[in-house]
Amino acid sequence: MEWRHKDLLDISQLSKEDVWHIFETATYFQEINSRPVKKVPTLKGHSVVLFFAEPSTRTKTSFDMAGKRLSCDTFSLAKSSSSLTKGETLKDTALTLEAMNIDGIVIRHWASGAAAFLAERLDCSVINAGDGRHAHPTQALLDGFTLYQEWGALEGKTVLILGDIAHSRVARSNVIMLTMMGAKVRFCAPRTLLPPNIKSWPVEVFSDVNEASKGVDAIMCLRLQLERQQAGLLPDVREYSRYFGLGPKQVELASPNVKILHPGPMNRGVEIDSALADSASSLVLDQVASGVAVRMALLYLYLTRKK
Amino acid sequence: MTNPELVIRKAVWKGEEVDLLVADGKILDIIPSSDAMYEGAEVVAARGYLLMPSLTDVHTHLREPGFEYKEDIASGLKAAVHGGFSNIMCMANTSPVNDNAVITAEMLNKAHAAFPNGPRLFPVGALTKGLEAKELSSMHDLADAGCVAFSNDGVPVKNTELFRRALEYASDTGKPVIDHCEDPYLELGAGMNEGAVSSLLGLAGQPDVAEAAQVARDLLLAEYLDIHIHLAHISCRKSIDLIAWAKKRGVKVTAETCPHYLLLTEEAVEGYGTDTKVNPPLRTADDVEALLQAIREGIIDMFATDHAPHAAHEKEVEFMVAPCGISGLDSALSLTWELVASGKITFDDFIRMWTTAPCETFGLPLNSFKKGDVADFFLFAPDEEWTLSPETMHSKGKNTPFLGQTLKGRVISHFLGGKKIV
Ligand SMILES: [Zn+2]
Repeated sequence: MEWRHKDLLDISQLSKEDVWHIFETATYFQEINSRPVKKVPTLKGHSVVLFFAEPSTRTKTSFDMAGKRLSCDTFSLAKSSSSLTKGETLKDTALTLEAMNIDGIVIRHWASGAAAFLAERLDCSVINAGDGRHAHPTQALLDGFTLYQEWGALEGKTVLILGDIAHSRVARSNVIMLTMMGAKVRFCAPRTLLPPNIKSWPVEVFSDVNEASKGVDAIMCLRLQLERQQAGLLPDVREYSRYFGLGPKQVELASPNVKILHPGPMNRGVEIDSALADSASSLVLDQVASGVAVRMALLYLYLTRKK
Repeated sequence: MTNPELVIRKAVWKGEEVDLLVADGKILDIIPSSDAMYEGAEVVAARGYLLMPSLTDVHTHLREPGFEYKEDIASGLKAAVHGGFSNIMCMANTSPVNDNAVITAEMLNKAHAAFPNGPRLFPVGALTKGLEAKELSSMHDLADAGCVAFSNDGVPVKNTELFRRALEYASDTGKPVIDHCEDPYLELGAGMNEGAVSSLLGLAGQPDVAEAAQVARDLLLAEYLDIHIHLAHISCRKSIDLIAWAKKRGVKVTAETCPHYLLLTEEAVEGYGTDTKVNPPLRTADDVEALLQAIREGIIDMFATDHAPHAAHEKEVEFMVAPCGISGLDSALSLTWELVASGKITFDDFIRMWTTAPCETFGLPLNSFKKGDVADFFLFAPDEEWTLSPETMHSKGKNTPFLGQTLKGRVISHFLGGKKIV
């Protein structure tokens, strides 16, 4: 399959075939990651800038490792988000990067649309590592890849996404990917943490976490930003964890082989029971491993695309 | 009969070919066209052009003093006169704010220096000092200095008690209050409608109830106090339903809407183009339909541009960071003419919305082509096409989502007080 996409801004740009191709490529790279010498010369001579305008150790390290294992030169361009409140900076960043003649840029930014903003202005590939509350396609792909490795196929499976969906780019990108791959998606969250036009989403919405958990094949917990309480979106964390957190009861109600996912970092005891996070059902660490493989696949596909 | 100084020959007015005779800056007569000789008069051949009364814009931001890099009074008025406008009302959110007579006088001086024969500037004074929504501004002073209305546009007055007092105090001056309706707690600085598209784009949205809730408050106050209120840039069906209800009850309310709310929906924001970021935000197709219906039924009284020019670098940023506003004076005439051409509104609606209603509401000079009216009019080529581009725009602000579009209908020449300005 010839890869022709220039940028990865969101899952909606990809076809089902594209996603399969990413999974297959990632499977190949997953194997490299289990070798004693985890480095291949595939992207030697290529350079990628990791531009993280919003802090994220996890995603950044994952991309950095993915690049280095393919012998790609990775450069960090981290700026504190405070110095980026002036909008000229993003345009200037784009111009600066353009002048450096790089092959790709991985961007994490607090503003929805920031990746699209760069992609419009740059000839090199732009990979969105999370923009505002808009999209987080690489996270969705690694979540999908993790489940694909467990199940082989996603068709007919039901995935419950639990937590702060309104503010979550992870949920947004996952809904698109999971439904495209044939899975059913459920949401459960207090109404204040659901998107406003929830009825138009291709999901089943629950306000009772027990109802929502019945028979599901996987439960994806989202991190609760503790500031949501100050913003008036929930009364307190205790009530939240009791009514919308994941505990043993929900696991009992779910399918016997239910899998538990969390994009991290976790608030143990808030959105997820601590013991469950470490249980045999938990795929949290598999997600981290998948992350490197999927990002290797993405760097490979985008940087060696047919121009 | 006085001899005409100016004769516009064979122009079309309401389907008839007429000659328009002007003397002393006023309309002397309109007569069936002829080849009569007028000794000493300037004769303008106008066959094929429509005769149009000059338009009035009750809501612009001219940015001077303080933000001359976005627009100044001279460049704003230049865009206005090329766009068919003779009267411009400018909002008070300048720096310093137009909350005292000195600023008002300075604005009027600047306008007169740039265009002694018009277009005419009619400043809107701040409703509260510094637009801070804490203390009433000196509205009598402002009215005496030439302000024709008062508004806190851009910074809604959250305190309903203060807003009530402002309405009462303003009513003594005889000048209406214009309110930008937006519940400040529901708006979240969004610049986009809350709904399907905001959800898709991951942008914070402002729901239509943010507008309608404050419309409801204003209507109830206007009824209770029996004071006229003018509602700015109405954008959604919910507000229209409330205004229709109030008008039926005899509440003294007038309302405006803008060309972009009639021609674009929230879908225009897809792609994060910041030129589509306006406040109130672009709404849904259902809201557009409701607005058009409200124009036809007279529930919405008038058009306004809400001309809000910004510099290119201010708009070339992340959507949430970008300032709100569309630069509208250059294109408003063509855009609304399109609504007439496509049969969505009538020619009579068009004339009412851009001339009669605004002039009557705010007491501005009106040309309705009656003998003795001020001779403000332009010759209009309704089918002539032109492209909206940075080069064809006279405003310094090139921020418009209609950039690059081919528009129909152009001002050929514009006469103000009987003098040719364009
Ligand atoms: Zn306003």
